[in-house]
Amino acid sequence: MSSVPLVSTAAVGRFVGVAAPLAFERLSAMPKLAGITSASQLEVRPTPQMVSSGVREIDALTGGLPRGCLTEVCGPASSGRTSVLLAALAAATQRQEVCALVDISDAFNPHSAAAAGVNFEKMLWVRCGHLHKSGSPQGRRVTEKKNEKIEKPVEQALRVTDLLLQSGGFGLVIIDLGDTPLKMARRIPLASWFRFQRAVEHTATVLFVISQVPCAQTCASLLLKVSGKKLSALSCQLSIETSPAHAQLLDGLQVQGELLRSRLERKPAGSVTASFATKVG
Amino acid sequence: MPFACIFVPDFPVEALLRAEPELRSRSLAVLEGKAPLQKVFAVNENARRTGVSQGMTKLQIEACSGLILRARSLPQEDVAHAALLDCAQSFSPRVEAAGCDTIVLDLAGLQPLFGPLPKIARALARRASDLGLEGSVAVAGNSDAATLAARGFSGVTVIPEGKEAEHLGSLPVEVLFENSTQESTHLLETFSRWGIRKLRDLAALPDIALSERLGQAGVHLQALARGATSRTLVPVELPLIFEEVVELEYPLVLLEPLAFLLGRLLEQLCARLEARALATQELRLRLELENGWQAEDFSTTNGATSVLARPSGAQARQSFQRTLRLPVPLLDPKTFLKLLQLDLKAHPPGAPIVKIHLAAEPVRPRAAQSGLFLPPAPEPEKLELTLARIAGIVGEDKVGSLELLDTHRPEGFRMQRFAPESFSPQRHPLTALRAGSDREKNSSCFSVQKNPSVSPCLRGECDLVTALRIFRPPINVAVIMQEGKPAYINCPRNKAMPGEILWAAGPWRSSGDWWEREGWARDEWDIAVQGVDIALYRLVRDRLGGRWILEGTYD
Repeated sequence: MSSVPLVSTAAVGRFVGVAAPLAFERLSAMPKLAGITSASQLEVRPTPQMVSSGVREIDALTGGLPRGCLTEVCGPASSGRTSVLLAALAAATQRQEVCALVDISDAFNPHSAAAAGVNFEKMLWVRCGHLHKSGSPQGRRVTEKKNEKIEKPVEQALRVTDLLLQSGGFGLVIIDLGDTPLKMARRIPLASWFRFQRAVEHTATVLFVISQVPCAQTCASLLLKVSGKKLSALSCQLSIETSPAHAQLLDGLQVQGELLRSRLERKPAGSVTASFATKVG
Repeated sequence: MPFACIFVPDFPVEALLRAEPELRSRSLAVLEGKAPLQKVFAVNENARRTGVSQGMTKLQIEACSGLILRARSLPQEDVAHAALLDCAQSFSPRVEAAGCDTIVLDLAGLQPLFGPLPKIARALARRASDLGLEGSVAVAGNSDAATLAARGFSGVTVIPEGKEAEHLGSLPVEVLFENSTQESTHLLETFSRWGIRKLRDLAALPDIALSERLGQAGVHLQALARGATSRTLVPVELPLIFEEVVELEYPLVLLEPLAFLLGRLLEQLCARLEARALATQELRLRLELENGWQAEDFSTTNGATSVLARPSGAQARQSFQRTLRLPVPLLDPKTFLKLLQLDLKAHPPGAPIVKIHLAAEPVRPRAAQSGLFLPPAPEPEKLELTLARIAGIVGEDKVGSLELLDTHRPEGFRMQRFAPESFSPQRHPLTALRAGSDREKNSSCFSVQKNPSVSPCLRGECDLVTALRIFRPPINVAVIMQEGKPAYINCPRNKAMPGEILWAAGPWRSSGDWWEREGWARDEWDIAVQGVDIALYRLVRDRLGGRWILEGTYD
């Protein structure tokens, strides 16, 4: 006996063309499915506004720094990451935005910042690198000095960052993990980064993190790695016998930036690396 | 011309109830005098109904159940009187203090502003109630009639012009006498013998016969009873002092109940400031501490002072003062309370508290107009709270903005209060820059300074400045020199610091402040050291002390 299809192809076609919309209507009317949004009605996440990072090459590479997102710049010592930090700070203060720097290691140099063009009146500097006794919760007696705990700099920085992001109104909030030991930086829980990322979402704040290695992981919308391409004063001369020390001059760093991750659409999509130079200020 | 009078009955009781409004429904008696000879000075209506009256001794009233006793507080009465004046002056500039519990206002010309007279009277009563004082308000054609009506009738009373005699007639003659003096007692006895009980009876007496028997005093009283007097107000001009005081029955040892009291005082203070269309930029808190305690923490910090006065006798008390200076004028009691709480947690008084003084410096409110194109900025109230919380975490001297000092000394800067609203767009951002060494003066990056308004990414080729990260504190190292330049570096604290110096540039010599007690002289080297990667450091030799330090790393 030859097999006879139970339903003809034509019948299936008629079903899809006529009965399917009715079926979808009945499905959406069901109470259990009332909270489900159809894909055609999903809200498209708006593209974040981009602002200048203060470095032309980085702006060309990434499009700038995204507002409402976490940007991370990582690299070893003398790779140029702090120079990028100062450039971003100078650009933000030049735009008359109020900025905050959470300096975990208290490594900020005011003279370098002044040479970079940072407006100090618009910059809040929080120096965390000191063990400080903090008070206990409410209900404390007017006479006692007990229940004071010693907080580590990283713990201080996380609490301070929370407060700054909750306060709102800052154009740029920077977390400087540049000199934080790797062990301590890696111990920052991912939940903290998620919390920071959620706090800046839908705001005009740029959250900028510099570190030795990537710490924020998937919470960073933009991850840039910088490395010292070559140290210009050294060139290929590692010998100290060629010229006297007083004739040598450090005139800057050659920095190579590599875009490791970007959740933002880049138009036109180009190279993932960029090179730029810094000069001693 | 219409006049209004605000009268607060049992004023000493009301002054205390401002700080403890939860006692309003209870029987309360205010005592005056030294123990054990204290006598009742004032009572509220609930206590009066239980049979407590003025002049009774403490022993006599202690048997009354449910009666709350409080000592009279002159500072709180002064503050309540000031609050009453603020209430009146928020309506009229011509205000007379007819007594500590009676204020008379001239309402001429106010009807177009505040509405009809009954509405003004109700607004006065409401404003006084907001300040914690429950009183009576009366409006009449002359100030004396308004005063009598306020004293005699409770609530809000409005006497139409020309009807003063008719409305005042039902009041007892005792209302004519504010204080109990010998003359008033004699007159009351006379009226009692004559059968004069009400003002209408006094008003009906023949003028000449009254003057023959009681003289001008009697004629004046009759004119008052008829509501026919006319006098000019003596306006009061008080300095703008906004202060609230509360004396505690028992010393406070916990910060939470102190915060509760401070919240109440701040609400009253802000209400008084708001009545005058003012704000404040400075709060002064003075706490009187219990005798016999040694206060522990009285550190002086930026923006706040703590003062300790050691007791010189049995009566002298230690006082603890804190001053909060705000960047902008504010008028939010919740923000003030939070700031005070954070400040007291960081700087506890160190002894139980027996009295609280809270004063606010009045200033004009901030007039800020937001612009469509202005960049976002933190709200001043939120920012102030955030800064106070951050100061509690990292320390007060570790948060703020910085100011470069006019010196070549390393670390020549100081921390100052962060106040972004004081920014002047005209100021050049690089005017405070001072070169730390000679090579900085020759840097081509100075070409950037000529165009400060241009975005850095649009400047010339020399865009980025090489940043120096500072080691705080600097790292002590041991250096071996070779042919006059550093060749080997060793860091006792950091074993990972590599040894051989690959490249060195320098020295750059600088010195200064030799005329001061702390002069300095140093040689700076830029060195490259091979680690995982080549890292650049600034190596400094202190020529005065002879030690070597790593000041920072170029990054």
